[in-house]
Amino acid sequence: MAEWNAAKPKNAVAAWVEERLPILSLVNNVVGVDTPTPRNLNYWWNFGSLAGLMLVVQIISGVVLAMHYTPHTSLAFDSVERIMRDVNYGWLIRYMHANGASFFFIAVYTHIFRGLYYGSYKAPRELLWMLGVVIFLLMMATAFMGYVLPWGQMSFWGATVITNLFSAIPVVGESIVTLLWGGFSVDNPTLNRFFSLHYLLPFVIAGVVILHLWAKKISDSGNPLGIDVKSNADQIPFHPFYTIKDAFGAGVFFFVFAAFIFYMPNVLGHPDNYIPADPMVTPASIVPEWYFLPFYAILRSITFDIGIPFTDIVFIPAKLLGVLAMFASILVWLFLPWLDTSKVRSGKFRPTFRWFFLFLVIDMFVLTVVGGKKPEGIWPLVGLIGTAYYFAYFLVILPLLGKIEKTLPLPESIANPVVKAAE
Amino acid sequence: MKLVKNIAIALTAAVGLAGASFAAGAAKHPMQLEWSFEGPFGQFDMQSAQRGWQVYKQVCSNCHSLKYFHFRNLADLGYEEDMIKAWAAEYTVIDGVDDAGDPKERPGLPQDVFPAPFPNPEAAAASNGGAVPPDLSLMSKARHDGPNYIYSLLTGYEDAPADHEMPAGKSYNPYFPGGAISMAPPLAEGVVDYEDGTAATAEQMSKDVVMFLTYVAEPKLVDRHHMGLKVLMFLGILTIVLYLSMKKIWKPIKSGRNVYEDK
Repeated sequence: MAEWNAAKPKNAVAAWVEERLPILSLVNNVVGVDTPTPRNLNYWWNFGSLAGLMLVVQIISGVVLAMHYTPHTSLAFDSVERIMRDVNYGWLIRYMHANGASFFFIAVYTHIFRGLYYGSYKAPRELLWMLGVVIFLLMMATAFMGYVLPWGQMSFWGATVITNLFSAIPVVGESIVTLLWGGFSVDNPTLNRFFSLHYLLPFVIAGVVILHLWAKKISDSGNPLGIDVKSNADQIPFHPFYTIKDAFGAGVFFFVFAAFIFYMPNVLGHPDNYIPADPMVTPASIVPEWYFLPFYAILRSITFDIGIPFTDIVFIPAKLLGVLAMFASILVWLFLPWLDTSKVRSGKFRPTFRWFFLFLVIDMFVLTVVGGKKPEGIWPLVGLIGTAYYFAYFLVILPLLGKIEKTLPLPESIANPVVKAAE
Repeated sequence: MKLVKNIAIALTAAVGLAGASFAAGAAKHPMQLEWSFEGPFGQFDMQSAQRGWQVYKQVCSNCHSLKYFHFRNLADLGYEEDMIKAWAAEYTVIDGVDDAGDPKERPGLPQDVFPAPFPNPEAAAASNGGAVPPDLSLMSKARHDGPNYIYSLLTGYEDAPADHEMPAGKSYNPYFPGGAISMAPPLAEGVVDYEDGTAATAEQMSKDVVMFLTYVAEPKLVDRHHMGLKVLMFLGILTIVLYLSMKKIWKPIKSGRNVYEDK
């Protein structure tokens, strides 16, 4: 397990500070020269630092936007247009922030699916993984509320649809919705509280990120082979080796990010959000942002009640079941460390698992497409099958597969990845 | 009741029995034109944008407001300050109240927003058979494939098919969701007398007004394209330097060095 080393700075001022508050040691031990890290991390391990960078981009650009934005239903849309037209480089800051949300999710989704493939959630990293799930949930809430702030048509109607989901909860549902709205419809109090929370939650995320990094330090980084570090030969210091590799990855990632900001700033958005919110006009179709589509598809895939067949007795109506399915689709990740029964961490050595994992990735893309389509024709059926596979993967396949799969022999060590299987 | 209604709306949207969406899906796909502002080096065609401004001022502005457009913005289209002042002064705007508390009027100034044709949506609807002509400031971004959509809509009027029932006062336009649009065909050949002598065909005027409205919707487009090129060049070079540094730093690791024990 991880060791903590005290930093011994040569600089007198740094030494003075370090003696009183060992903040240099903290950095050194988590992402620095005193952080022994597996030497075999591949490029999929870049996306954690990318997600962290995107959080910083979002907070900085967001704080500047908040200096010019007015959270009032009659002024919000105009204030955003003023940012786009009359604030110096306001267009740049806003396009960074709007596309930044998408790129934050790209980084985080890749980070999550890297974890799913390489078994990063398994012992001793259960809490590290669960803190990640908490971060993802906070991100979803933050992104959803942020999309409401420009007070365009999609903002208003997206807020109406999503907040109304809570009304499906028995007994307290309608009270929760009233609380979310601050009234009896999505209106100015809703916009005000969403702005307040949209500003607050990123700092909560930053706090959980610190816990996430702390847990990473304690349990060490996983690695593509999924085997434990055995000796010094398996490790290299985080700095300079992974700092430079992360910096290179950030260069590539930001190049693509910049291409979107400067050359296609609106392709990931919906044109209806350039129409001011109008409670009297429902848009032809209400579509969430792309990063919510898989979960939106799961929500909509449930169109049947659960009850006693051939009677009118309904235990769980379709709407509630859909809402439960949507929340369960993310909350199930919290139980993943115990649902996956395989002793082998990395998918590299699990030949059958790899196929199921590949289908899960395809399934996510299919659900993304389904979430963006009108639920007509073939799409509801595709959505239902996609949802069924999604839950089967976590609740049936992973628990059973770990017991029956014949895994490949594991290498002897990270430094000497010659398979010892020959024996 | 409002709650019940909201839930019904939400359910309709969430479960997706959106009746209105069917009509929207029936709109004809817009014609595809080439525009000078497209692509990484895209710019506005100033001549065309100036003609578009003339079309907007003489035709569109009779019904459509342009609430995010100020007279001062005309400088971006290449107009001289004197000209902009003169245009602004053609209009009367209300600016606060006088000592008696009555609204004070004055001639327009460059910093003023282009005056709206109607004082409020109700007045706009009353003069237009119940339909409010939408503000055009963001039209080019507020529709899928906006520029092509506007062009197609303006040039796409035709006689309604025999089986298509038309409400009174509406015109048939296959590019409009539902087909029945409240706006009568606005651009007839020669309705504008171009200052630069260009023949004012409906197609030409439509193209020009799209150029103008796209400028109004995205006034910083050219700045954005220019800055983007510099940023991408910078990031490209930086990334190459970082890649080469990484290769150099990692070289001993790749050849199997144990950082902690090998000297």
